Amino acid sequence: MNRIPVKQMSRTLHIRILRHNPHDPDSVPQLQSFELEEADTMTLFIALNEIRQTQDPSLQFDFVCRAGICGSCGVIVNGRPALACRTLTRDLPDNITLAPLPAFELIGDLSVNTGKWMRGMSERLETWVHTQNLERVDIDSMEAAMEPELAEKIYELERCIECGCCIAACGTAQMHADFVGAMGLNQIARFRLDPRDQRTDADYYELVGDESGVFGCMTLLGCEDMCPKDLPLAAQIAFLRRRMVMAR
Amino acid sequence: MQIIYTDVLVIGGGLAGQRAAIGVKRRGLETIVLSLVPAKRSHSAAAQGGMQASLGNCLGAAGDNEDCHFADTVRGSDWGADQQVVRMFAHTAPKAIRELTAWGVPWNRVQRGEHQITEDGQKKTVSEPAEAHGLITSRNFGGTQKWRACYVSDGTGHAMLYTMSNQAIAANIPVHERMEALSLIHDGKRCCGAIVRNLINGEILAYVAKATCIATGGFGRIYRASTNAIINEGMGAAIALETGIACLGNMEAIQFHPTGIVPAGILVTEACRGDGGLLLDAANRRFMPDYEPDKKELASRDVVSRRMEEHIAAGHGVHSRFGEHLWLDIRPLGRVHIERNLREVKEICHYFLGIDPAQELIPVRPAQHYSMGGVRTDHHGHSPTLKGLFSAGESACWDMHGFNRLGGNSVAETVVAGMIVGESMADFCHSTDGALHISTALAESFGCHERQRLAAIADCKGGENAFELTRLMQDTMTEQVGIFRHGERLQDAVARLQELQRRAARVSLRSNAPGANPELVAAYRLPRMLKLALCVAFGALQRTESRGAHYRADYPQRNDSTWMRRTLATWPDPQAQLPVLTYEALDIMHMELPPGWRGYGARDYIEHPDTIRRQQEIDRVLAGMGAADRFSRQEALMPFRHLLPEHLRGRNQRLGEKQ
Repeated sequence: MNRIPVKQMSRTLHIRILRHNPHDPDSVPQLQSFELEEADTMTLFIALNEIRQTQDPSLQFDFVCRAGICGSCGVIVNGRPALACRTLTRDLPDNITLAPLPAFELIGDLSVNTGKWMRGMSERLETWVHTQNLERVDIDSMEAAMEPELAEKIYELERCIECGCCIAACGTAQMHADFVGAMGLNQIARFRLDPRDQRTDADYYELVGDESGVFGCMTLLGCEDMCPKDLPLAAQIAFLRRRMVMAR
Repeated sequence: MQIIYTDVLVIGGGLAGQRAAIGVKRRGLETIVLSLVPAKRSHSAAAQGGMQASLGNCLGAAGDNEDCHFADTVRGSDWGADQQVVRMFAHTAPKAIRELTAWGVPWNRVQRGEHQITEDGQKKTVSEPAEAHGLITSRNFGGTQKWRACYVSDGTGHAMLYTMSNQAIAANIPVHERMEALSLIHDGKRCCGAIVRNLINGEILAYVAKATCIATGGFGRIYRASTNAIINEGMGAAIALETGIACLGNMEAIQFHPTGIVPAGILVTEACRGDGGLLLDAANRRFMPDYEPDKKELASRDVVSRRMEEHIAAGHGVHSRFGEHLWLDIRPLGRVHIERNLREVKEICHYFLGIDPAQELIPVRPAQHYSMGGVRTDHHGHSPTLKGLFSAGESACWDMHGFNRLGGNSVAETVVAGMIVGESMADFCHSTDGALHISTALAESFGCHERQRLAAIADCKGGENAFELTRLMQDTMTEQVGIFRHGERLQDAVARLQELQRRAARVSLRSNAPGANPELVAAYRLPRMLKLALCVAFGALQRTESRGAHYRADYPQRNDSTWMRRTLATWPDPQAQLPVLTYEALDIMHMELPPGWRGYGARDYIEHPDTIRRQQEIDRVLAGMGAADRFSRQEALMPFRHLLPEHLRGRNQRLGEKQ
């Protein structure tokens, strides 16, 4: 019954980390190697903290919830974007290379400014319910009914944690800084589904009906492959593209 | 030093902080939110199972109303809560949820007709009425009479926080991310902003504001085994304490959640038990009914956590290489239910335990979860001792939870408090008291003081290691100031923490990296965390009774005759080794619900002489009212509506109450 994951045998992990501190004029981007004894149930959260505490206190990285919920710790693990907190080292080979997510401003080492990118995306795509009189909602009366199934469908798309893995995995996003990515397009799909949002397809077309929006996607599908929340991104983009063509 | 001016400075970008900011912005004021992390990554996002609000829509919630929610919360608090605050809260929670609904939260809804539920390990078919179809549904949670936790699968906090953040963006409220407040600027009477460090480039700057709101959440990270996010280090409460003027209330009241997974300490939601999950021991035997025949797994968290530890101590724990634990069994709920309503739980089990909870048992043990205590405020969220300082949410102690919080009352409190405190800050700013008469020299002198503190750490050659001392503090708290407390152990914990405080003054850095420098961050937070830890440990040592989550093995009874009092901690002398503790009385003669048995947990307690007097008075008042409705009866016992902003005073409509 007791299946708490344990290591097969004791091993030393060789972890190479792409390091750079943009606030230090002498800093040159380079790979630095660390060796670490693997422990039971070790995640990259535990490994990176141990390196910082015992080997190099200047190492920068981001964690908040350490439970795969908040989306802070997106990082490139052996070439693939992933949430570091829930990546168990036992699932990785002896040699591990870590790098910051591309496409975001570098803060230092593995820490990137996803927050700035996300806020910009939200402002640009107006990712909130658009309706009249939001400031004067009648909060004493009973709420409007919604079909249970529809509420669940909206939540399905709302599960995005804005970790940035889909952006890091996106060919278009690497080439075009203004591409809203699967994350942005998923937001549009989410609000489009929500009857409380009174925007029409013509309105959404104004937001994503061009190369920086839904027509910039090259259908490489890295976004869906790398999404830690398994969001149906490819289907959303394909559907949205069709609606936008029709809205024109 | 750059000085940024605004009307209202909100420190903390979680649900409470952002809702307060939206409130002041609507009142025509400028506001800036500071956040350690991007706002949508705040710990509010980790709330899983639900938000308590007495909507009364689904079958399990039928007959629910503010009165039930009030009584559950007061009993949950073990009569430590401020009952007027609980009334304000229970009354406003349905409004909070309805506002969030209009703003876009996709709450799960009632489906008309038959469906299956799981109770006591058995499947049961119930039928939801057609008139409730499409309204917000709710699930069962611990310590409640009704199914009151409204939810969005088990990503409730996530959905709420995203909706709230998006509304803040829509309102054009700036969130200055990766900013940490190091101290509050004040002149001894009036708070006027904060000295802040930029966690990207290390720069120090000042924010000057008419009103400053601390909404920084809890301080669980003073413990080793905690479900809290790693940012929950209590810096908001700590900088309030360091003013020497603002007080922290009931810091010894720390909640331990029954189901942290072993060994990671990550939370799996109470909804697991609310939806019908069971706790099993090493013999795969369900043990909670033996201890709590009525509420079983769904007694309040303090009681369930204690019973679990008691059961482990009696030799029924499962032995593992990570120490002993018990099992959480959600297999009876079935795969369909788990994959729809407990998705995060399934993911957490998959990624951190390598198990499928639809088929296997989840190893769990209680872990630190919530800080009932915090910055002491009045009913409006305003500090009674430092004007212009406000607080809302987990960081605050307006005292809604007393000595134990009910599951689902936390996210509900964040939004309700944001709604109320936002209004009080706007009122304050618009009043004559709100005017600011400080010179920039005051801000400069506080900025200078913080720069000197940082320079002193950078220059220190004492050789102590901040990471190591932090770990020792966390070990001390988990081992000695945990679920079962004892005078001698607490005395020893205080001594150890004081020793760590002395060693913390000799912390030196191995790295002088420009920018944020994570080692420097750990070094300057450590003495502040130690102060909070000392407030908790010393407060726990002094409180010679057991109430809610504060359990003293050497004083196992709740003692109303001496301890109907709230602990207040201040730290007037920065060099002192201990906080100054004072106490404020909770007046039973003004309570709507005088102290009694909670309906679960221990039955024996030492009564206060006022309890019987108050009960007689209540009986007399109610007897004289004949057939008055529930609102008039409540009003006669303990008026509270006058404490709410005017637009929050209306009655809540319900299916059964369409007045």
